[in-house]
Amino acid sequence: MEQSVNYLGLIPLFPLLGAVLIGLLHVFTCNRTKLPEKVYGILACVGPVLSFVMALKVFVALKGLPPESRFLVHKAFTWFSVGDLHINMGFLADPLSCLMLLFVTFIGSLIHIYSIGYMGGDKNYGKFFAYMNLFLGSMLVLVLGDGPVVMFVGWEGVGLCSYLLISFYSEDRSNVLAGNKAFIVNRVGDLGFVLGMSFLFWAIGAQGFDYLSLKAHVNDPAMTQGVLLTVCLLLFVGATGKSAQIPLYVWLPDAMAGPTPVSALIHAATMVTAGVYMVARFSFLYAEVALAGSIVAWVGILTALLAAIFGMFQEDIKKVLAYSTVSQLGYMFAGVGVAAYSAGIFHVFTHAFFKALLFLGAGSVIYALHHEQNIWKMGGLKNKMPKTYVTMVIGALALAGCPPFSGFFSKDEILYSALATGHFGIWAVGVLVAGMTAYYTFRMIFVVFHGEPRDHHAYEHAQESPAVMTVPLIILAVGALFAGLLNLPAIFGGDQIVSHWLAPSVTEHHPHAGVFIEILAIGASVVAFAIGIKIAYAKFGKGAPEPSFTGFADFAYHKFYVDELYDKVIVQPYKAIGSSIWKVIEPNVTDAPVKGVARLYMVLGTAFKVFQVGYVRVYALYMVLGLSLMSLLLSQSLN
Amino acid sequence: MMHCYLYLSIILFCLGIVGVIARRNVFTVFMSVELMLNAANLAFITFSRVHESMDGHVLAMMVMAVAAAEAALALAVVILLHKHKSKLDTNVFSLLKG
Repeated sequence: MEQSVNYLGLIPLFPLLGAVLIGLLHVFTCNRTKLPEKVYGILACVGPVLSFVMALKVFVALKGLPPESRFLVHKAFTWFSVGDLHINMGFLADPLSCLMLLFVTFIGSLIHIYSIGYMGGDKNYGKFFAYMNLFLGSMLVLVLGDGPVVMFVGWEGVGLCSYLLISFYSEDRSNVLAGNKAFIVNRVGDLGFVLGMSFLFWAIGAQGFDYLSLKAHVNDPAMTQGVLLTVCLLLFVGATGKSAQIPLYVWLPDAMAGPTPVSALIHAATMVTAGVYMVARFSFLYAEVALAGSIVAWVGILTALLAAIFGMFQEDIKKVLAYSTVSQLGYMFAGVGVAAYSAGIFHVFTHAFFKALLFLGAGSVIYALHHEQNIWKMGGLKNKMPKTYVTMVIGALALAGCPPFSGFFSKDEILYSALATGHFGIWAVGVLVAGMTAYYTFRMIFVVFHGEPRDHHAYEHAQESPAVMTVPLIILAVGALFAGLLNLPAIFGGDQIVSHWLAPSVTEHHPHAGVFIEILAIGASVVAFAIGIKIAYAKFGKGAPEPSFTGFADFAYHKFYVDELYDKVIVQPYKAIGSSIWKVIEPNVTDAPVKGVARLYMVLGTAFKVFQVGYVRVYALYMVLGLSLMSLLLSQSLN
Repeated sequence: MMHCYLYLSIILFCLGIVGVIARRNVFTVFMSVELMLNAANLAFITFSRVHESMDGHVLAMMVMAVAAAEAALALAVVILLHKHKSKLDTNVFSLLKG
C-alpha cells in the first residue's frame, strides 16, 4: 500500500545543501573581498524553489493514487539501532504533509526572494541566507519525517534557527536576549515533547516507531486512557512551546527583534505552525481521548483571547502582528482540539498566506521609513506606498475574517466545528476574538496608512519598495484572496476540497449540525467582524493622536505583567538556586574531593622532588644502587 | 688461577663505576664507561675459557664493535655539548631544557 520514491529525501536536502554552501562561501569570504550580493541571493532562492517543484511533484504523485493509499515513503538510511529500536532517517508524504510541504516551500521561496531586497546592504548578507535556508530545511525535515524522532530533529532544527535569526542583529544586547528567550522557552516545551515521545515509545514503540506503525497499534492494551492522556498532554506541552500558546507564548512577541523576513518565515511558514501540525499528525492519539482535545481547545481559545487583548494596545507594528499570530494560532489549536483537524490545518494554510503578506508588507513600510516600527510615528502612507497599502489591506481583511477572503472561510470552519460539536464556550470566545481581531488589525491599518502623517520628515523620504519586494507581496495577496475558496463549504456551493484531501491523514468525524447552526456561525462571525472594524474606523479612521494608556489599557499594554511575573516566579528563583549551588555546593561537595586528590599528589611530589637533582652522575648512582639491590635479591632467591 | 682474572674484572668494573659517579669531566666519565665495558669483556672471555665454549668470545667481539660505534657517537655529542656551553662539566648540564 505504500510506495517508495527516492525524490522525497531531496526536498529537505536542497535547502540544507544551500545552507552549507552559502555558509561556507560566507565564512571564506567574510574577511576578504565580499562576493556580490546577487550570488548569495540567487543561491539562496535555488534551494527553496527546487523544493517547491519537488513538492509539486509529490502532490501530483499523491493525486494519482486512490485516496486511501496516498502514502509515499522513502527510507534514506538507518539512523541508529539499539536493541529492538530501529530508527530510520525516513520520510513520509501523505496528504497532510504534502499540504504543509506545498505552502511551506511556496511561501518560504517568496520570503527568500523578498529578503534579497530587504536585506540589501547588510554586512552579514551571506550568513542571513545560510540561516534562512537551514531554517526552511529543518522545517521540511519536521514536516516530512516519518516518525516522532525524525520530526524531533526538525523540531530542534527550527528552534536553533529561530534563535540564530532572532538574535541576528547581535550588536544590540536586547536582540540577543530575545533570541535567548525564544530558545529557552522552546526548550521547556521540547522537554514535554521528549517526555511524551518517551511515554509513547514505552507503551507501543516496540513494534515500530513511525506514524504508520503507531497508528496501527493505537488500540493496544498498553495504551490505556491514562497513558494516552499523558502522552497527548506532554506532546501538547511541546506544541505550546513551539506554537506560542499559554503559558509559553511569551517568546513570540520578543522574536520581533529579528529582521522582518525572519518574522514572516517564523510566523507563516516555519516554526509556529509546527505545533498545530504535530497535533494533527498525532490526531489518531488525540481522537482517542476527548479530555485531551478539550484541554487543547480551551488553551487555544484562551490564548487567542489573551493575545487579542494584548494586540489591541501595542504600538510596534510588528508586535501587533506578532500578537495576531499568537491569537490565530489559538484558533488553530481550538480547531484541532475540537477534532476538526482539517479545519485547523486549513487555517494554518490560509494564515500562512495572509500573515506572510502582512509581515512582508510591514517590512516594506519599515524599510521605507528607515527602520521605524512605532505606528504612532507613521500615518498617511497610503498615497506614498500604494502597492504596499492595497496588499496589506487585503491581508488585513483576510486576517480579520472578512468574507470572501481566505481567513473568513478557515476561521469560520473552526468556529462552526466548535459549535457543531457542542463547545459553546469556545465558540462564544472565538466570536468575541474575531471582533477584537478586526478591531486591532484595522487600528493598525488606519493608523499607519490613513490620516495625516505624524512624522513629516520620515513621510517625505518614504517611497514604494523595489519590485523584488512588492512582487512577492502581490503574489501573496492573490493567495490571501483566493486560498479560502479551496475549502469552500457546501453552504456556498463548494465541496471542501482541502478537508477531503486531508481525510486519509487525520482521524476526524465531520459533524453535521444542520444549516441553521452553520448560518448562525457564519452570521456571528460576520457581525463580529463588522462591529470590530466599525469601532476601529470610528476611533482611528480619520487620524488619531497617540493615546496615553490608563487603567486596564495600561495593564494590557504591559501584557498583564506576565513577563515580570515569570521573571519573579521562575527566572529569579531559578537563578537563586543556581547561584547557591555554584557558591555553596560546588566548592564544598563536588570540588573538595577533586582538589584533595590534587593536593595529595602535590605533597607526594614535594617529597620525591628531593631525589631529582638533575645531575647525570647522581642518576648513575641510583642505577648502580638499583642494579646492586636487584642482583642481591636475585642471588638470594637462587640460593 | 681463573679467580685472578675475575677479580681483575671486578676491580676494573668498580673503578669504572666510581669514575662515572665521582668524576665531573665528560671525558673522564666517558672513559670510565669504556673501562666498564672492557671489564665485562674480560669476564666474558674468562668464563668462555672456563666453560670451553666460543660464545663468550663472540660476545666480546660484539661488545668491542658496539663500543667503537658508541665512541664515535659519544665524541660527537661531547663536541656539541662543548659548543653549547663551552664547558665539559656534567654538573653544568643539569636541566632538560637547553
